[in-house]
Order: sequence, then C-alpha cells, then structure tokens
Amino acid sequence: MTQKTTHQKAWLLVTPVVVLVAFNALIPLMTVVNYSFQETFGNNIFFWEGTHWFEEVLHSDRFAASLVRQIVFTTIILLIEIPFGVAIALSMPRKGPWVSVCLVMMALPLLIPWNVVGAMWNIFALPDIGLLGKTLNSLGFDYDYTQQPFSAWFTVILMDVWHWTSLVVLLSYAGLSSIPEAYYQAAKIDGASPWAIIRYIELPKMKRVLIIAFLLRFMDSFMIYTEPFVLTGGGPGNATTFLSIDLVKVALGQFDLGPAAAMSLIYFLIILLTCWLFYTLTMKDEAQ
Amino acid sequence: MTLEFKQVEKRVGAETHIYPTDLKLEDGGFNILLGTTLSGKTTMLHLMAGLDRPTSGEVWFNGKNVTRAPVQARNVSMVHQQFINYPNFNVFENIASPLRIQRTPAVEIDKRVAEVAELLNLTPLLKRGPSELSGGQQQRTALARALVKDSDLVLLDEPLANLDYKLREELRDQLPKLFENRGCTVVYATSEPNEALLLGGHTATLHEGQVTQFGETAKIYRRPKDLRSAKVFADPPMNTAPVAKQGDTFVLNDTVSWTAGEQQRGLGDSAYTVGIRPHHITPAARGAGAVPIVGEVLITEFSGSESIIHFRVEGRTWVSQAQGIHPFEIGTQAEFFLDSANCIYFGPDNELVSA
Repeated sequence: MTQKTTHQKAWLLVTPVVVLVAFNALIPLMTVVNYSFQETFGNNIFFWEGTHWFEEVLHSDRFAASLVRQIVFTTIILLIEIPFGVAIALSMPRKGPWVSVCLVMMALPLLIPWNVVGAMWNIFALPDIGLLGKTLNSLGFDYDYTQQPFSAWFTVILMDVWHWTSLVVLLSYAGLSSIPEAYYQAAKIDGASPWAIIRYIELPKMKRVLIIAFLLRFMDSFMIYTEPFVLTGGGPGNATTFLSIDLVKVALGQFDLGPAAAMSLIYFLIILLTCWLFYTLTMKDEAQ
Repeated sequence: MTLEFKQVEKRVGAETHIYPTDLKLEDGGFNILLGTTLSGKTTMLHLMAGLDRPTSGEVWFNGKNVTRAPVQARNVSMVHQQFINYPNFNVFENIASPLRIQRTPAVEIDKRVAEVAELLNLTPLLKRGPSELSGGQQQRTALARALVKDSDLVLLDEPLANLDYKLREELRDQLPKLFENRGCTVVYATSEPNEALLLGGHTATLHEGQVTQFGETAKIYRRPKDLRSAKVFADPPMNTAPVAKQGDTFVLNDTVSWTAGEQQRGLGDSAYTVGIRPHHITPAARGAGAVPIVGEVLITEFSGSESIIHFRVEGRTWVSQAQGIHPFEIGTQAEFFLDSANCIYFGPDNELVSA
C-alpha cells in the first residue's frame, strides 16, 4: 500500500496568498453577503431578513428593466466590437515601419482614464457646440443625447466602440502574429482564396485569443459604469440606466443597503455564471 | 517534368540570398538540396515553387518559362518543417483540401483521399483533428496533402527535422518509394549529409547561396568538385590539411608522409590540400596504405557502436570516426592511421585535382 505523504509546511507557504485574497476579495464579498440578509438602521444594529431582499429585487420591475437594458447594451457592443476588431486586426500591416505606428494608435484609447472618456464624449457630442453633435444636426439628423433616448444610446454605444474595440484589435493582432508564415505559403500553394485563408487559417488560429477578448468585453461592458455615468448620468429618464448605475442609485442615492447588497450578489452571479458557461462550452471541443 | 534555373539570382536589399545559379533537375527524379542552415535551401525552394520571384534570371518548367507565373498556376505542392495542416479540418478534409479548391468531383475526392491515406497509414485517423495527432501523424497528413494533388513538382523543406529519431527513420525509408512512378519531380531540402546519402537520387550542395555542385548523390559524395562541396557533404566534418608533393611522396610534416597513389602520379610537385573523411582515420591500421600519425587526444565521443575522437597534431585538430568503442585517455599521445588510398586532393584554388 502506498503511504500518502502530507506536507504541513506547504500551508505555511500558501498563507500569504490566502491572506491577500481574503482581504481583497473574500472579506468585502462576505460583508456584502452579510448586508444582503439583514436590515440595518445604523449603529451596528442588524435585523435578520432572510431571503427577503433577494425576492424583492428579483420581483422588482426596476431591476428587470435595468437588466434588460444591460443585456441589450452588452449584446450590441459584442456584435459590433468583436467583428470590427477582428477586421481591423486583419487589415493591419504585419511587418514594416507601420506596425508600431498602428499599434500605438490602437493603444491610445485604452490609455485614457474612463471618466475622461466620458467627459470627452460629453463635450464632443453636445448638440449645440460639440463637433459630433453639431455635425449630425447640421446634416439634418435630429440629434440630442441629453433629451432623446435613441441619441443617448447611440452615443453611449459609439463611445464604447471607440474606447474598447482597440482591445479586441490588439488581442486579435497578437493571435495573428503567432501564425507561422508557412501556413500562408501552404494556403497559397493550394490556391486558397483570401477569404478561405481568413476562414480556415486565421480565424481558427485566433480562436483562443478571441475567446479571451469575448470574455473580457462581456465582463467589462456588463459592468460598465463610469463612461455612461459621466456622459448621461443614466438618462434621459432611465434610458441609459444600466445595472451598475442603478445599483449605485439604490446603494448610495437611497441608502437601501440590504436591497443593494442583494442586487450586487445577483449581478455578480449573473456575470460569473455566464463566463463559466461560455468558457466551458467553448473549451469543450478543445479538450477532446 | 524538368525544372530549370537559368542564371537565377535572388537579392533582398543589399544582401544576396542566392547567387546566379544554373540548375537543371531532370524529370521524375528525387533531388536533394544539401546545405547548412541559412545556406539558401528554403529560398531555393520558394523560387522553385513561385512563392518568391527571382531578382534576375529565369525559371523554366517543362520547357515553359514560368518565372512570372504565380504559385497557383504551377501545380506544385510543398511540405514544411513545421507541421502545417488546417487547424479545424479533420485528416480527411485536410487531405481533400487541395482537391476541393480544384473543384474535383466528390466521388473522385473520396477515392483519391482513401488511396493516399492507405499509402501513408492514415486510414484509421481520417476522422481526427490535427490537434489529436502525434507529430509523425501530422507530418504524414501534410505529406498526404502534397501527394493527393498529383503535382508536377513536390517540394519538401526539411520535412523530417521536427520529428523524433524513430519516426524520422521510418518516414525516410518510405519517402523515395512514395514518389516513385508518380512522374513528379521531388526536391528535398536537408542539412544532414547522412540523410542525403540514405535518400539517394541527385544532390545539389549549397554553400552560402551558391550551388557548388550538382550530380548523382553517391558520385558527388565520392568526388566533390571543390573543397566547399566536400565540406558541405561531410558529417562529421572532413579533415583538411596542407600537403606538399615531392616526387612520388605527399609530405604532411616531418614525420608523416605517404606514397602517392596511381591517380596522383601525374600531379606536379606543388602544394595541395588533402581531404580525409573522419572514417578513413582509424586507431587501428587498415590495409596497405595506412599511414601512422601521432597526436594528442582532445575529446572522445561515443555514439552507440562508434567512437569519434578529436586529436591535435601541430596545432591542427583532426577527427577520427572509428567502429567500436575506443576509450582514449584525454591528453595522452595516441597513434592513428590515415588511409592514404582514400585521400582526396585539392589544388591551390581549392578545386578537386584527384580523388
């Protein structure tokens, strides 16, 4: 019989990580869990509420509306940014002096702080003095993001595409650069068309980075807060009140800590579950 | 199916990758491009395939000038050192891919893929994806893709270099047979002289972008045209040393000299360079022409059944390749024997004068 050896010392070695993770993830998370099951009126007095806040949030029309807005927004963002990013990456030069120029230009939007992006677009899109707003209006479009929900959505989406497509581009470009030259030669010898090269060599070879890009963009856009907050503040009305904006309104505007905590947890679980499902499903055929 | 290079030259910027080259590969043959890394083998293959255009000169194929013809118009296939297959096709689809592009009828595709798969022992693997194959299976799939097309010209760019030893041997045995009777011209690039010898056919030795010699593999091994070809086509490297001919005797130094063989009788008294392959220097005397030479042992390497011994004589390092295990003590003086009957001689301009 083989003896299973245990090394108690190993626990000592992982302690720093455990402590670190506990402080930056577990303890704050558990605080939220704590709030979500109780009611408090300050002074550290808590009343047990059970699953009441969860039921309230799940049955509220307001939460449902924010969630729908959030899902629509994220879907549109992904549908635009992933294909657009891949297309830009495919059309970028692979060698020569222009490579670094293109890469720096692509990286620029990513280097701008998020609230600055919001403020930039806020001014850029103003219908009376902003370059974009003024131009659209003088072209005959009735555009005013501070008044019309459609204009507000249009601006938020345009801003996000401007801000984040670069990430997809850079990831795809990294994937493309790792394809050996011999693949292209083989395709050329076969007489494959440019489209066939993209479809049967480049896209399959980019699969892994695209999964990462998709996951990152999904998570980020699902949690979007700063830019629409600075741009529209969630308005006009509630038109661009996405989940996180709504959450902040509940938690800090109304100071309803219990429902806000419950909402946070539901929000967190949705993201976690979606990512896990997506990752497991896409990686299933890889593992075989 | 002849492939001919007429003064083909390839320059990239200020660098010359291939110096003007004339080369004529006869039909249906197995041709080997032998040269070290960066000697221009891959560039030569690309020029043959049409993946690269020559800077000057012409490429003729079957009596037609194809210098400007794009690769698709040339009916070539190529196998690379890396294992190149379509990542999301299974083996069957990978092999069928060149035929699909040519719009071959499905019935015919099934038949030809089945044939080639049988030939390369891929039949049980047809449904698998490239990521589920071993290196050898992936490379066999790539070979099958090259075979199924019935190309006029098949280019193999060090196809066995990334395979492990056993698989390499196995595939190397199969290769010449695979292309037999297919009527295609095969060009096989390799950096290993032994591989060239095992494959046979014709060999072109490449040295720094120049084809130094082309001919039947065994012939150019025995009679290298000059010192460069001799050095390319030798593993371990050929021993070379200056010798002086005085009458009927070649003099290496004060203690080592030997009588010239019959072929060398006609050579004038002058300075030559002698080339001796390592396996013609042995620790034991063999035959009548054995000439003793004493040197200091530097390194001994054992590779299975043979020993490679490096020893120094008057500042020059010599290499002996001998059957069996010869455990020399490093640093000691030891006696070796040159086989003077198997020496080759190069003149002052490094051209072969006698072999």
